[in-house]
This record gives sequence, structure tokens and C-alpha cells, in this order.
Amino acid sequence: MSKHSQPTISMFDGAILRQAVLDSVKKLNPGDLIRNPVIFVTEVVALLVTVLFVRDLVTDASAFFTGQIAAWLWFTVIFANFAEAVAEGRGRAQADTLRQARTQTIAKRLYDPERKELHANVPALDLEVGDYVLVEAGDLIPGDGEVVEGIASVNEAAITGESAPVIRESGGDRSAVTGGTTVISDWLVIRITAASGSSFLDRMIALVEGAERQKTPNEIALNVLLAGMTIIFLIAVVTLAGLGRYSGADVPVPVLVALLVTLIPTTIGGLLSAIGIAGMDRLIRFNVLAMSGRAVEAAGDVDTLLLDKTGTITFGNRMASEIIPVSGVSEREAAEAALLASLADETAEGRSIVALAQEKYGVKAPEQSPENARFIEFSATTRLSGVDFGTRTLRKGAVDAVLRFVRDASGRNVSDAGFAAAVDRIARSGGTPLGLTDGSRLLGVIHLKDVVKPDIKERFAELRRMGIRTVMVTGDNPVTAAAIASEAGVDDFIAEATPQDKLDYIRRAQTEGRLVAMCGDGTNDAPALAQADVGVAMQSGTQAAREAGNMVDLDSNPTKLIEIVGIGKQLLMTRGSLTTFSIANDVAKYFAIIPALFVAAIPELGTLNVMELSTPQSAILSAVIFNALVIIALIPLALRGISYRPLGAATLLRRNLLVYGLGGLVVPFIGIKIIDLAVTAIGWA
Amino acid sequence: MTLNGWLQIAIILATVLLAAMPLGAFMAKVYAGKRTFLSPVLGPVERSFYALAGVDPAREQGWRAYALAMLLFNAAGFVLLYALLRLQGFLPFNPQGFGALSPDLAFNTAVSFVTNTNWQSYGGETTMSHFSQMAGLTVQNFLSAATGLALAVALVRGFARSKMNTVGNFWVDMTRSTLYVLLPLALFTAILLVALGMPQTMLSSVDATTLEGAKQTIALGPVASQVAIKQLGTNGGGFFNVNAAHPFENATALTNFVQVWQMLVISVAIVFAFGRLVGDNRQARALVWVMGVLLVAGIAITYAAEAAGTPMLHQAGINPADGNMEGKEVRFGLALSALWAAVTTGLSCGAVNAMHASFTPIGGLIPMFLMQLGEILPGGVGSGLYGILVMAIIAVFVAGLMVGRTPEYLGKKIEAKEVKMAMLAVLILPTAILGFSAVAAVIPQGLAGLLNAGPHGLSEILYAYSSAAGNNGSAFAGLTANSPWYNTTLGLAMLLGRFAYIVPMLAIAGSLAAKTKLESSTGTFPTHGPLFIGLLIGVILILGGLQFFPALALGPIAEQVMMLTGKTF
Repeated sequence: MSKHSQPTISMFDGAILRQAVLDSVKKLNPGDLIRNPVIFVTEVVALLVTVLFVRDLVTDASAFFTGQIAAWLWFTVIFANFAEAVAEGRGRAQADTLRQARTQTIAKRLYDPERKELHANVPALDLEVGDYVLVEAGDLIPGDGEVVEGIASVNEAAITGESAPVIRESGGDRSAVTGGTTVISDWLVIRITAASGSSFLDRMIALVEGAERQKTPNEIALNVLLAGMTIIFLIAVVTLAGLGRYSGADVPVPVLVALLVTLIPTTIGGLLSAIGIAGMDRLIRFNVLAMSGRAVEAAGDVDTLLLDKTGTITFGNRMASEIIPVSGVSEREAAEAALLASLADETAEGRSIVALAQEKYGVKAPEQSPENARFIEFSATTRLSGVDFGTRTLRKGAVDAVLRFVRDASGRNVSDAGFAAAVDRIARSGGTPLGLTDGSRLLGVIHLKDVVKPDIKERFAELRRMGIRTVMVTGDNPVTAAAIASEAGVDDFIAEATPQDKLDYIRRAQTEGRLVAMCGDGTNDAPALAQADVGVAMQSGTQAAREAGNMVDLDSNPTKLIEIVGIGKQLLMTRGSLTTFSIANDVAKYFAIIPALFVAAIPELGTLNVMELSTPQSAILSAVIFNALVIIALIPLALRGISYRPLGAATLLRRNLLVYGLGGLVVPFIGIKIIDLAVTAIGWA
Repeated sequence: MTLNGWLQIAIILATVLLAAMPLGAFMAKVYAGKRTFLSPVLGPVERSFYALAGVDPAREQGWRAYALAMLLFNAAGFVLLYALLRLQGFLPFNPQGFGALSPDLAFNTAVSFVTNTNWQSYGGETTMSHFSQMAGLTVQNFLSAATGLALAVALVRGFARSKMNTVGNFWVDMTRSTLYVLLPLALFTAILLVALGMPQTMLSSVDATTLEGAKQTIALGPVASQVAIKQLGTNGGGFFNVNAAHPFENATALTNFVQVWQMLVISVAIVFAFGRLVGDNRQARALVWVMGVLLVAGIAITYAAEAAGTPMLHQAGINPADGNMEGKEVRFGLALSALWAAVTTGLSCGAVNAMHASFTPIGGLIPMFLMQLGEILPGGVGSGLYGILVMAIIAVFVAGLMVGRTPEYLGKKIEAKEVKMAMLAVLILPTAILGFSAVAAVIPQGLAGLLNAGPHGLSEILYAYSSAAGNNGSAFAGLTANSPWYNTTLGLAMLLGRFAYIVPMLAIAGSLAAKTKLESSTGTFPTHGPLFIGLLIGVILILGGLQFFPALALGPIAEQVMMLTGKTF
């Protein structure tokens, strides 16, 4: 898991709750509410019952009962609004912290990008796409852009929450800069790529706040289902007026309304948008920014993950795992030479050789460097590094470079069967062999290995159980790639991968009916990021990559792809579970209300009152109260999401069906009974 | 209930299953256009039909064209049948010299047979000429059944295909359904029924001298041919007014056996065909399980209720072991009457071998409830399959999200469009059943047709509209439905129940066919196995049945609880 650097906001922060209470009343505006058909219907009938309550007050007939029904119907609507308001409130609190970064700045606009000494000071708001600006140490970067010249360290804490500065430079994969971040040293010339108001920061604020929230595909489909069910129950209840009259049971309108509201899926209807907002919110907390809710859902659907080898599957750098001496050289001698040759090597590989020699071969590092030691640094031309002291010239490096060094030192071609065999074995296992020599005397081979992260194999097994295939993408040759792939336990790999290979692989998988997620940072990743169903761009990457992907990882950590899938699944599962719960609730509500409805006309129907609710009024009231309270009770679950574990679909279904399906059948029987006892004890009905 | 009774039920159901599997395999081949053992004989016939009609069998239609062809074909069938009934007096083969049917009765009857309902507001032997029976009703018995099969196959293609714009060719599917499936089976079983003693003649009646010496005139006609297709095509319209309770329409336990088998076999076989066409037999078995569990539960409840009898019967000194035999034929007894009642309504057949109104209230509730569930257990030929697939789509959507993926069924994502169309289809039944019933229950025209008061009267109304909207056609008896109000509104309910359901269903087929078929993995929602079977049963009962609970509470449930305290109607 990676760090959570966004401010954590407690689920029931006092300020948010106070604001949410206010908002839930404001949200009663029918113009807004109509987007949620279930709650809208509830509001309309609440209004109707309120009117009837006023009439009853005048005629003085059962006004107390009608008034209570009306009150609880309004509560139902307000509770549903409250759920949404709380979810939005948490987002807004985060947006406020972001907004502080969007302070008004003055930009140095260049007249000519080639001449950075000539610039005019203009407000950042006036910048247009295509303008060139200069930013120097201490300046806020005025808008999103592409570095065209210069190199600088930039503090991006305003966006990522990470205070360690990052390098931004022209060309390459680190050329994108974000408005609102600060240049700490040096200078940059930037071409502005986003107009003010549509910058990354603006979009981020809008996303976090939920202002741009569009219903996602599944949410739309679910809304259709809920609207359909509302109509079905509307028909069932309205026709009951006619059927009841035939049977001599003229059911009062408030009671019919009570039946309607308890039957239509108010629980899920009231929580649906809160679940969606909370899902986006969870991603943001996780420092991933989804450009649309659609992307979050797609993450849940993904069944193929393209993962970069380096950094995700293996540690970024290779590590020494073994030192193999040639015949005539002792293991200890070789290890000692390896250690000395690497003493000044500050690269991760070099340090790992020192560590290996000490830990595995028991060589002690000298207290101080040998007398007159001259360290030879690695260079791209020699591809060797090492140390000269006394008569010794220790070298380590690429095998062919070492052999050339030996040949030059001895004046003849050297061939050693043991050496060649070791080199061959290492290469075939996917490792990198490093030659080790002392002048003309070949000492052995150091085995540098791509070290697979310790827990990654279990993660992949977990993913496989969830039905997700993992594909490793690497620039290594097929032999190396195959070896690492089998060690890490991925299902497939793309070796010697070019951006085009990635794109082709994604297209092919998609025609086979798979949904693919990948992450990338370079400009040449952009086509694949755009083609993938979920493309996670690294915040550290280029502007092109960030535009192409539908998510941005602010931590630039490719491992997160796995968690992103989990968050997407959790969002969908929460929706499905609460829908099931809501529908299953109806059975108990029927048994509460139907006998109460008709028992006056047909006393024998009292046998259906299996919960033995005390009076018809208390039964109806209890059902309505339960229906309202259950929304409040489920708000924490809606915001937090239901517990998610990476299991196969069959297991998940069994567990969730048991908890939310069966639970949904049983819970209201108990709840309504308890409320009935309370209502009777208080004397409300 | 007796062991013997259950054995009879079990044997019949087992025979159906045994025959349905190979028949399903055969039908899958037929609809895929592959060669079958009948091809040498029927292939040339089939091709000559296409040549005559100018149909290119290789040219497929998109869902809209398919739906339009189906609607036009059925409209033409309706007009033809309506004209035939109105002109009956001038047409041949009319030994009794029956005149024209009244406009509302002709409308009701034509709609009824075109929609595969076969609701009969008339008494067959006293209204219809032989010509009307054979050239009008029997023809529609074939065509409405073939329409159902064609539509089901179109939906199945939606699941089976990937990224295609077409769902098949309506004319080809119709021709193949009739030629390869319905005709051979009808021919074979009609001969079997004749062999078992069923009349097949152009004579109008025979005179018999009863044991008391009285003279009795018994109507005759081409019974066997019509009965064969009425059962096979789950049409249900009897030759005689009392349908399969009439000795000439259902003489013995053996003919009863054959007829129950006929009712069920194609509806179950098409499910197996579905499994083969989508390339996963487990999917078909799961649906058969759902149908089987619910149907057997229905049979069991009806059987138990009838075997228990009523307190009044017991007080009257009737042996409690005889149960409630009112309205039942002694030659069939309790078990076979209960079986038939549940099957005919779990299907959309509507033939009856006992009078459902005379059942105990709970015994009568089950047939009504089975119709309200949408007649998907196993439902009418074709219509049962597409009905249960629509329910499966809803079940998958509701619960599918719980595994953390966009719900998919058979590799097809279920999205807003499918949900919208499925909900449109599901809305039809409550609208037609509850809407019309609520009006009929309060207006004089509606109340005038009732034989009984109280909850039983309400059951009569509810049953009639359930039967019409579900395209079942069975009647609760007691309701005098041959009035302009009932003829018209029941006709409308039948039209809604058939065509307002079919069009959204075909839209689903079109939308599914155009989608990529996704590969399944362990992350895919499993739609076979006991968990899904249980889930689908739950969704059918809760989403399909729950909206009728208040109405049922006022009808049969109220009647039952009142009966137990000694009140009857």
C-alpha cells in the first residue's frame, strides 16, 4: 500500500455534518430532486400527505396519525439528501485545501520563447494556450504546460501532498508541469497547454467537489431499474384503491402512500449518489484522480492488467545474488575482489555487491580504502568500473568489456570454460552476468538479478482468483522476461516491448472481449493509455500521457493499479449489495402493512400479521419509520463501502447474497417489531 | 396426497425431461440451419416456400426489421381470422349452420388466437363451424406458437452472437418452427390421440342413448388434430367448451398423460436448445432447474390444498381422504388435476381438465399466481424462454453488481438499455392485470359478469385478466366474459401481454447481438449452479410476484382465511 498523503477527513467531522444538515434541507428543491426518481416520488407523496394532514386538522379526523406519516415521509427525503450531502461535504473539504494552491499569480509571459530575458508581467488568468512563460526559483507555475527549455526542481506538494521536490526538464518523460506548483531552483520556459479554468488543478477541484459529477453507466442502469420498480409499485398501490373498494376496504390515502413509500426502493434510491461520490472520494484519498466516474467503474470491470516490470513486479534495480569463481580461484577470493571493486560504486548494484560479499561470503570491508587506491568510475564507453591499488587492477563490468580488458592486459585471447558456462547459465535464468577480473587474471562472475518483490506472487495469485490476468511488460529480451515472468507468477508477458506492442496487445485483448488496465508515463505510452479501458497516467509523466489516461496517479506509483481495481470493485459491490438489501426488505414491509390495511374490512386477514404488531396504525407507522431510519443507519456503510476482499466471483456472491439478501429479508422483521413496541409504548399510535 | 399420486406426477415430468433433451438438440440444429434427419424430406419443401414468397433465407434482419415483420404477419393473421369469424355463415363446412360472431366476440377471439392465448368467451361446439375451427383457429394455433419460438430464437441469437447487427430472419425462423418442429410433432401426436380414441371426423354429432334411456346428442368434429396443436403449441383453446375435461377431448388417464407431455415438451426443449446455441449447456440446465423447482412447488401446494379439502366438505360427511373433488373429473383424480392446473398456468397453455374456480382458494391461487409470474415455468413455447431470460437479465443486474463487475449474462454486459427494456417488459403484466382488474372491480359492467360475491368474485376478475395478459387463456369459470366490456378489455390485455412485451424483448436481442461477447473468468458472475438458481427464484418471486400480493390478499388469501372460519361465497 502506498502512503495516504491527502488530508484524512473523519467520516463524521462535526463541521461537515452541520453543513450537511443544512444542505439536506436545501436539496428538497424538486428541480434538483427530480434526477433521483425514487426520492422525487417520495417527496411528491410527502407533500400530498402534508396537504391531507392540514385537511385533517380542520376536519379533526385522525390528524395525529396523518401528521406522523407526513413527518416521517419528509424525514425519508431529508435522510436521503443528508446521505448525499455528507458525501459531498467530505469532498468539498478536500477541495478547499486544493483551492489554497490556486492563489492569484503573476506570470512572466515571453514575447519570444527564444529570448527569455524579454517578458511582460501578466495575471495568470490572462494566459492563453500556446503562450510561453518563464518561471524562476520561488515562482508559482502559472498554469499547466510543457517545459520547452531548462531543468528545475519543482515542489508539487500542492497537488500530490508529497513535499520532496521533483525534477522537471524539457524533452523526455518529465516535461509536464502543473499550475499551482512551485519552482524551487533554476528556471524553466513553459508553453501553456491548458486555458485558465480548465487546468489540472481546476479539474481536480471540480472532481473532488463533485460539481462535475455525471452519472456513471451502471448508476444510470440502476436508476432505470429503480424507476421501473417505482412504477410497478405505483401501479400495485393505485389499483389497490379499486380492489379495496370492491372488498369494502376503503383505504385512506395516507395509508396507501405509506405502503407505496415503504415498497419503492427508497433505501438504495437515497444512498445511490452518496455511494458514487464516496467511491470517487476513496480513490482521491488514495491519491489517484479519476477523470470520470465511468473510469472508476471500468476499473472494477477490468480483467487484464498490463504491469510494467520495473518498479511494479521487480525492485527498480538489479541486485547481486551470487558470486561464481572460475576454477583455481576460491570463493572468498572472488568475493573479496568483488567487494573491493565495488567499494566506491554508489549505484544500487554496486552497493548490493558489497552487501552480498559481506553477508553471504563473510568478507569484511576494510576499515579504510587501500593505500594509493585509484577508483575507476563506470563509463558508458568502457562499461567497466573498479579499483587500482598496488599491483592489482580489479575490474567488474559487462562480460564482453571484461574479456576485452583481460585481452588487452595479457595480450591474448582468454577463454575459460567455467566462466563461459556461468555466464550462460545466468543469462538463461534471466539474470545479468558481470565479469570480474584482476588484471589479466579472470576471477569469476557476479550474478545480478532482477529481484522480484517478495509479496508480488501472492498478489498475482489473488488477482487470478478474482479472474484478473496479469501481463508483465518489459524491455528485456524474451529469455529474461520469461524467467522473471515465471518467478513472479504473471499470466503472460510482452518482452522487448515497444509502445506499439503494448497498443497491439491491448487491442487484441479487447477484441477477445477483455477489459484492460495499464499505467504509463511517457508520451509514447499515450496511444496505449487512451486505448486501454483504464489508463492510469503517472503525475510525473508527460502532459500527453496525462491527457490520454482516464486516471492520474499523483504518487506516480505503478503498483497502485492493483488497488485501483479493488476500489472500482468495491464501489460496484456496495451498490449491488444495498440494492439487494433494499429489495429484500419489501417482503417484511408487506407483512406489516397488508394485514393492517384490510383487517378492518376482512378481520380474518389478521392471520397475516405474523409480527403481531399491536395496531394497524402502529404497524403502518413502524414500517414507515423503519424505512426512514434504515437510510440513516446505512450511510456509514455507503460512504465506507462494503468490506472488500479479493475473492472469486462465486465466493463473493455467496457471501454478499447471504449478508445482504438474507439479511435484507430478516432485518426489517426485527426492526419493524422493535419500532412497533417503541411506538406503542410512547403512545404515538 | 398419496404416493401413487406423486408417482404419476413424477413419471410424467420425467418423460418430458427425457424427450426434451434430444428434441432441444434437434431444434438447436434446425435454428442454426444445420442438416437434420428431416432435411431430406423437408428441405425441398422449405426452399420452395422461400422461392414462392420471394424470401432470401440467407439475408438476416436487424431487430427492428424482425419486429416489424413479426407485427405485420400477426396483424395480417388477425385481420384474416376476424373476417373469417364474421363471415362464418357464408363459409363451408358448417354442418350446424352457425352464424357470424358478434364484432366484440370476433375481435376477442381473433386476438386471443393470434396472441397464443386462446381465451374462449364462447363455447366451441355451439359457436364455431368446422371450417372456423380448422382454417381459422387451428392455423393460428400453429402460427402463434411458431411466432413464440421464432422470437425466442432471436433473443438467444442476441446472446450467442458478438458484434452483429442482425438477429435472424423472421420468415425463416417461422418456416422452420412450423415445418420442422410443430408439424411433425403435431402429426405424430394427433395420430397417437386418435389411436387412444379421440374423434377426428367431419360429422357434426352423434346421438347416444343413456343408461336411463334418454337420448343425448354429443357434438363431434376434427378433435384430435386441433387438440394436438393446442397442447403442443401451448395454445389451450379447446374444441369443446369444457376443454380437456370433456371425454372426447381427454378420455382417459393415458390421453391425459400424452396431453400434459405435449404441453411441456417444446417449452422445455427450447431451453435445452438455448443451451446448445449459446454453447453452454449448464446455462440451460440452471433455467430448467428454476422452472422445475417453482413448478413442482406449485403442483405440490395445489395438490396439498386439494387433498386437504375444506372444513365444510368434512362436516358434510365426505371422507377427508377424498379431498376436494368438486369440479374435477373422477378419471383424473386429485393428483392429475393439480398437475394439470399448475402446468397449464406455469406454461401459457390454458387448457383445463378441471374447473379451477372449484378448487380450494389456495388451490386456485397457485394457477393465478403462476400466470402472474409471467408464465415462465416453463412458459409458452418460446415465450417462456424469452420471459425467463428477461427475468434472468434483471436478476443478474440486481445481484451481479455484488461481485464487483458490471453485470454480465452469458458474456454480454447488462447495461442501461437492457435494463430499460427489461423493465418495460416487466411493467406490462401489473399494468394489464391490476389496472383492468381495479376498474372492473368497481364499474357495473365489470361486476355484472360475476357469478360469486366477496373475495371469490374478485378472484374471478383477477384470474381473467391474469389469464389474458399472460396469454394463458384458461378461465376461472364463474365469470361471464362474453360481454362487450370483458371481450374488449380482455382483448386489449392479450394484445398488451403479447406485443408490448415482445418489442422491448427484441430490442434487447438487438442490443445484445451488437455487443462483444466477453470471455468468462473466475471473476465473472456465475450463472449456473445452485446459487444462481436460488437467486433467480428469489427475483422471480419478489420482483415478479410481490406486486400482486395485495391483490391476492384480497382475493384467494382472504377467501382461504375466511373459509377456515366457515365463511364461503
